[in-house]
Amino acid sequence: MKLTRRDFLKISSAATAGLALGGCTTMGFNMQPVQEQAWRLRTQDAKETPTICCYCAVGCGIICHTDNRSGKVIYTEGDADHPINGGALCAKGAAAYQIARNEKRITKVLYRAPYSSRWEEKSWDWAIKEIAKRVKASRDKSFTVKNAKGQVVNRCDGIASVGSAALDNEECWIYQAMLRAMGLVYIEHQARI
Amino acid sequence: MTNHWIDIKNSDCILIMGSNAAENHPISFRWVTEAQKNGATLISVDPRFTRTSSKADFYTALRSGTDIAFLGGMINYILSNNKYFKEYVARYTNACFIVGKKYGFHDGLFSGFDPKTRKYDKSYWAYELDENGVPKKDYTLKHPRTVFQLLKKHFSRYTLDKVSAVTGTPKEDLVKVYELYSATGKPDKAGTIMYAMGWTQHTVGVQNIRTMAIIQLLLGNMGVAGGGVNALRGESNVQGSTDHCLLFHIWPGYLPTPTASAATLADYNKKYTPVSHDPLSANWWQNRPKYVVSFLKAMFGDAADAGNDFGYGWMPKLDDGKAYSWLDLFDAMYRGEFSGFFAWGQNPACSGANAAKTREALTRLDWMVNVNLFDNETASFWKGPGMDPGKVKTEVFFLPCAAFMEKEGSVTNSGRWAQWRYKAQDPPGEAKPDGDIMVELFNEIRSLYAKEGGVFPDPILNLKWDYTTDGKFDAHKVARTINGEFTRDVTIKDKTYKKGQLVPSFAFLQADGSTTSGNWLYCQSYNESGNNMARRDTTDASGIGLYSNWAWCWPVNRRILYNRASVDLMGRPWNPKKPVIAFAGEVRDGKYVTNKWVGDVPDGGWYPMMNPDGTLRTDTKYPFIMKPHGFGGIFGPGRNDGPFPEHYEPIECPVEKNLFSSQFTNPVAAVYGTEKDVYKTCDPRYPFVGTTYRVTEHWQTGVLTRWQPWLLETEPQLFVEMSEELARLRGIKNGEKVIVESPRGAVEAVAMVTKRFRPFLVQGQEIHQVGLPWHYGWVWPPDGGDSANLLSPSAGDPNTRIPETKAFMVNVRKKGV
Repeated sequence: MKLTRRDFLKISSAATAGLALGGCTTMGFNMQPVQEQAWRLRTQDAKETPTICCYCAVGCGIICHTDNRSGKVIYTEGDADHPINGGALCAKGAAAYQIARNEKRITKVLYRAPYSSRWEEKSWDWAIKEIAKRVKASRDKSFTVKNAKGQVVNRCDGIASVGSAALDNEECWIYQAMLRAMGLVYIEHQARI
Repeated sequence: MTNHWIDIKNSDCILIMGSNAAENHPISFRWVTEAQKNGATLISVDPRFTRTSSKADFYTALRSGTDIAFLGGMINYILSNNKYFKEYVARYTNACFIVGKKYGFHDGLFSGFDPKTRKYDKSYWAYELDENGVPKKDYTLKHPRTVFQLLKKHFSRYTLDKVSAVTGTPKEDLVKVYELYSATGKPDKAGTIMYAMGWTQHTVGVQNIRTMAIIQLLLGNMGVAGGGVNALRGESNVQGSTDHCLLFHIWPGYLPTPTASAATLADYNKKYTPVSHDPLSANWWQNRPKYVVSFLKAMFGDAADAGNDFGYGWMPKLDDGKAYSWLDLFDAMYRGEFSGFFAWGQNPACSGANAAKTREALTRLDWMVNVNLFDNETASFWKGPGMDPGKVKTEVFFLPCAAFMEKEGSVTNSGRWAQWRYKAQDPPGEAKPDGDIMVELFNEIRSLYAKEGGVFPDPILNLKWDYTTDGKFDAHKVARTINGEFTRDVTIKDKTYKKGQLVPSFAFLQADGSTTSGNWLYCQSYNESGNNMARRDTTDASGIGLYSNWAWCWPVNRRILYNRASVDLMGRPWNPKKPVIAFAGEVRDGKYVTNKWVGDVPDGGWYPMMNPDGTLRTDTKYPFIMKPHGFGGIFGPGRNDGPFPEHYEPIECPVEKNLFSSQFTNPVAAVYGTEKDVYKTCDPRYPFVGTTYRVTEHWQTGVLTRWQPWLLETEPQLFVEMSEELARLRGIKNGEKVIVESPRGAVEAVAMVTKRFRPFLVQGQEIHQVGLPWHYGWVWPPDGGDSANLLSPSAGDPNTRIPETKAFMVNVRKKGV
């Protein structure tokens, strides 16, 4: 049988768990088969998806285990095949599961009206339309065709953007494309600070 | 990073300074430890004894903001004790260039300074050119105006006595670090530097890194395995977001954003394309016009053609000489210049310097859009401390987005590896991937302009915007655009490429509109051989850990930059045990007759500089191909604050004079003038040096990590770390609540009294330093404390304009006293 490093780590970690519980056999129980069964049950129906950690730029591999029935991530672990981290993760990377399953995540569009002291829940359709209207109004009002020296600059001086190093490359690229097409020049993000 | 994470294992000496890799890039330590197992020496230099320091073979401290003095002393040591790598310095660096007679340096100022505008005229620092316009060189390095001799003279002032008096580092510790690190000046030894924001967040940030780059060039550590200048970047895709230029001053692929004086594409190409008259200089940026046209074609598709300057006129232009950086942006917002603002995947109310100014600036907007996973101090600024929601007009739209495992796409790590990641679950509730939000929002904006018209609608209507499949954002389609394709059938070197075919790599890009490429640096990432970023081949044929078939790295999958400097003039590795590349062409009659390199992708595949019989070749190029003249830059005449680094005190500091000159602070540092921009130096009310740092369990402003119970339990609230001596001085006990205040704001924190901070002896005076993590904010958790950036000043480096958040002045007192 050809074992990958991940298979090996799984087996050896199951064996270690069994050994750690070895003391229980003095009480007349052999926990090892139960322990191994429990390990299998936890992820046996799960689909493994490789991803890259969202924190620092070391770029460690993480495997997400997704339950086939619920479609939810039920477990995350270091990617043992990844040449940089070899399965290891720091405290933050090891807690990736708590991003996937976190009841504090915001799950609805929120809106705060001028001078209001509260959030209101809104639909995406409403929000996108309202934001687009404001973008257009701000842009049309602040657009500078020629600067003080009379040079053509064609820029939108009234809107600024920050973010984000948390976006994927493809999102970064289309984000800069849409901002520059709108004429924004105040475009900044985490890399500057 | 010029090198990459795994390559750290190849090093003989690792200097960790300006970063705390063990706590902030923990898995990097897997490779630091590997190097130590192989006999490498680890040096940690930090104002505070960190977990990195605890693993070091040698540790010493310096006062925040004195790195140039510390490293300048190392340059002096290397030159005075002949520790530099002579052949490398003479042949591969600009040490041999002769500088013009107008260059000068006197009492802290370089020649060309205009005190009225607080700017340098850089023409004073130009090289002396020969009749062909090529810089004159003296390979013996003896001419008094060679860069080498000027460097020697400049840093001869950095004596041990003076450096020690400024940094607070004992002289014997300085000598120890200098000895250990300069031992890597031997051809077969490599030293590396791991730095991060501890170096960049200063008003001399760029020159901190320049000083180390000079050391690396003097010791021949650039291009080799286990060497390089390695920035440990702090966000999973901050390398990619920089490459794709979500920054005011550059377009994707580091193409300068045009200013108003470059009215046409021809003007742009003339202004920004460097020229070299030396036939041996590759001057790679001479290709810039190809990359610019390919970028514009990617932006505007078929609407961009030669007849309309490829849409160049549709792109916004900056005013010449004006900065639009982070500090400038919030300064403009504070002064009411914007009506709208996007904070997309970022929490500026906590993350930038002088957070109180930022928070106040947000009240001056008409509307703001914040995209994030969790509530945060930016989204909810209107109900934050000191705010009365009834008086805040700003409308806020909070758009909930997907987490990293809820979408597909690539991220680029610090070692320039672009790695593809996949979707493991749907986002919760109505949260959406950022890509979908962008597509839907821009569709709506575009349809408004199509329907109603408006000011200058052309770029909006003509932007290529076909990035969906079945109505959903498709990262593959964008990845193909970033890579680029042929827009018509093209024959290059006897091979025909069909219209629509993906461009193999950037060497094929053209300036005539026949190719597109959203970012030339990523050309090859997604081509006809597939999505190279998704590769998962774990074999390593190199023997030095390049893993060249795992994911993909820019440029052209070259894993170690400047690698042609890792070989001698004949193409033989300086270190035969750890070759990055080696020339393997055939030899006939003492001459190379076929061209073949083995190992990493060479930095340009030309023949070596010299034949085995010692004759120089003319069909070769100098190794530093991105530099106009082809040589590593010991002299840096393009910087805004001088061609050599010079020690200046931080904008806020505890000393009354700069021992190196009467120029107290960086004469061209960025400072601001609103009532929120208060700077106090040597003010008895703020007697202690303050700095910020991070802990392993939290990330940046804590916007993701403060919401995770496991992480929050381990690091629940803001603390301020201080020495036992300072605690005694202020009557503070470990665990007590204290107030930390600066001229700009105050935070409440738990006192953490440790032996990790020690007082410094600076200019004969005892100086205390304290440090705070900047992960906290008032939104969550309750009583967790607020942002340490309420304390830091809005002052910035004159080149990058990165704020000086690593050295400022504070007071610490017991709460209620």
